[in-house]
Amino acid sequence: MLEFLWLIPTLPFAGFLVLALAGGRLSRGGIAAVGVGSVGLSSIAAFAVAAGFLGQTLPGHFYVQRLWPWMSVGGFTPEISLYLDALSLVMMMVVTFVGFLIHLYSSEFMIEEEGYGRFFAYMNLFVGSMLTLVLADNLLLLYLGWEGVGLCSYLLIGFWYKEPANGLAARKAFVVTRVGDTAMIVGLFLLFTNLGTLQIQELMRLAAERWAVGSGLAIAAAALLLGGALGKSAQLPLQTWLPDAMAGPSPVSALIHAATMVTAGVYLIARTHVIFSLAPVVQEAVAVIGALTLLLAGFSALTQTDIKRVLAYSTISQIGYMFLALGVGAWSAAIFHFMTHAFFKALLFLGAGIVINALHDEHNMFKMGGLRTQVPVTFWTFLIGASSLSALPFVTAGFYSKDLILFETWASPAGSRWLWAAGLLGAFLTSLYTFRIVFVTFFGDAKMQVSRKPGGIMTAPVVILAVLSVLAGFIELPSSLGEVRIFTNFLGNALPAETVSPGGSGDGMALMIVASAVSLAGIFAAYFLFFGKNRVADLLAGLAPGRMLHRFWFSGWGFDRLYDLFLVRPFVWFARSNKDDFTDLVYIGMIWLTGRFNNLLSLSQNGKIRFYAAGIAFGAVVVIAIAVFL
Amino acid sequence: MTASVNLDHGLILAAALFVLGLFGVLARRNIIFILLSIEVMLNAAGLAFVVAGAKWGETDGQVMFIFILAMAAAEVSVGLALMLRMYHMLKTLDADAAGSMKG
Repeated sequence: MLEFLWLIPTLPFAGFLVLALAGGRLSRGGIAAVGVGSVGLSSIAAFAVAAGFLGQTLPGHFYVQRLWPWMSVGGFTPEISLYLDALSLVMMMVVTFVGFLIHLYSSEFMIEEEGYGRFFAYMNLFVGSMLTLVLADNLLLLYLGWEGVGLCSYLLIGFWYKEPANGLAARKAFVVTRVGDTAMIVGLFLLFTNLGTLQIQELMRLAAERWAVGSGLAIAAAALLLGGALGKSAQLPLQTWLPDAMAGPSPVSALIHAATMVTAGVYLIARTHVIFSLAPVVQEAVAVIGALTLLLAGFSALTQTDIKRVLAYSTISQIGYMFLALGVGAWSAAIFHFMTHAFFKALLFLGAGIVINALHDEHNMFKMGGLRTQVPVTFWTFLIGASSLSALPFVTAGFYSKDLILFETWASPAGSRWLWAAGLLGAFLTSLYTFRIVFVTFFGDAKMQVSRKPGGIMTAPVVILAVLSVLAGFIELPSSLGEVRIFTNFLGNALPAETVSPGGSGDGMALMIVASAVSLAGIFAAYFLFFGKNRVADLLAGLAPGRMLHRFWFSGWGFDRLYDLFLVRPFVWFARSNKDDFTDLVYIGMIWLTGRFNNLLSLSQNGKIRFYAAGIAFGAVVVIAIAVFL
Repeated sequence: MTASVNLDHGLILAAALFVLGLFGVLARRNIIFILLSIEVMLNAAGLAFVVAGAKWGETDGQVMFIFILAMAAAEVSVGLALMLRMYHMLKTLDADAAGSMKG
């Protein structure tokens, strides 16, 4: 079964090619069949490969499929080969399966759009690139996928390109992530010049062998890789692009900007965890950045009125949790949260898409309300997703993954009480803003009439994701709840196990109770603040300090204004004042000189026969003189 | 075989004729005189051939001169025809007047 591995990224690429070349000639049904079918088949292949992988014990618990050597330049011989281990298997399953569900949903969601074929072509290209990213055997191939998903993100954010704001959002996403990508490619150069290979496993082995813990090179390499991860995963200080990326269609937000692409940074750090372990300073920075991001984004999410922007900030915040987990060395916990997050956040985005679609593209949730009875299935599934995101105790997947992260943050030697407190406050914020959406959107009086109800093709993926948002948690239970360790044991083959400082493990029960209480408190606070007509939140926001804080959080802590003031404007000013590029002066000078010379020569073309004859005579004299005297 | 002409003398005469012809081509504006000067230059070259042929006792020089003569005849016929056309068009024989190209 394992030899089918190459099919998994190939199928979506093939789908992309068909749609890109012949999409204009296909009917809508044909486009959907190719677009959804390619990812569906890829998903089936992924299941087959997973069955093959789990069915046999491979030496070293990994499988490499060498396809062909990419190039051979000097000592640099990257290969197109796929590497499958527990970590990439989890990523691959989530990408293909969630990707398939979202494609299925899109086939109905986008049916009235003009660029139906274009949409599925981009989506297939995205899935193919994402699979290249997670299955890559060397960092260069990973980087190819990394840039591929960035390109698709750009194309899909700007899908409705006739609206200038969407194009602006797309460019912003592209440029901001490019900042991180530049750091990452420099990191790759650094790794290659120092260790002589980009093959990931070889690289990890050599790094561990040659670099001391805390050595300068290890710190530099880890910091540069972290830069790439920060850009892609929208973490502080490169988080500003993600809320604007909501300009794209809802399935795009679900697939790219929630479930898969934005977690590529988490994957990168987990994949190169050895380098991060060698640079404790950087790893600590990962944790601190994660904690700060999850708080900042949490507060911002509280004030947004656009339902998708709330979810976008929530995504930033949840990826902050993953970074926090990576930073304290809880590698599997981060990947576990990635998986559950992919389920429930994709679910929430798809639910939001249904709501927005039903209400004539209305994004402002304060103009919604009372949708509970009008779209009941969406309401219940959204409620399940929201509970999972809020880590509702014991019954949701989000609870188990977040609890694991909080526990590790408390108990790991790399963790600290402060980080744990930040995570806890973040958990409170999470349930607050999540149930703010639920109460504002689905309860209260109906303010708009539903115009379009979701059909079966849109409902089915949402229901499946809702089921997964609950069940996915039970493969990993803390010791206090019967100790199930399927997920961490499985990932233990690819990632080092979590270390728990002595005495820390006993706190599990108490920590879980605190975390549960906090998440429930958030839900109650949301009920208290946002439920019903007399919203306490409106009163608070009406006060002067409340208004100021609201504005500040609404603008995402003013990061956009800050960057605009200190980076964008100076740059634009510089570009404008230098629009007659001074390096052009050289070329302008060359043009001027050629023109002068031309004028000079054209003087000789005067049409006077005697002048020409004199020229010939003079030339003959010169030639003869040269022949005779030299 | 009487005393033959000295090679140097012959070549100097040829060079002098050539330069005179060249000067005529460059200095004269009347196209008939330019044509005449070209004839002078051709004959200067012919003279150089003949003198050189005499020096080595070969007939090649004289053969070349006959070639030049034939070519000069052809050249003159074409040249005179062109000159007539030019006079019809421009009503002048000034070579500088035919300075612009058209068509």
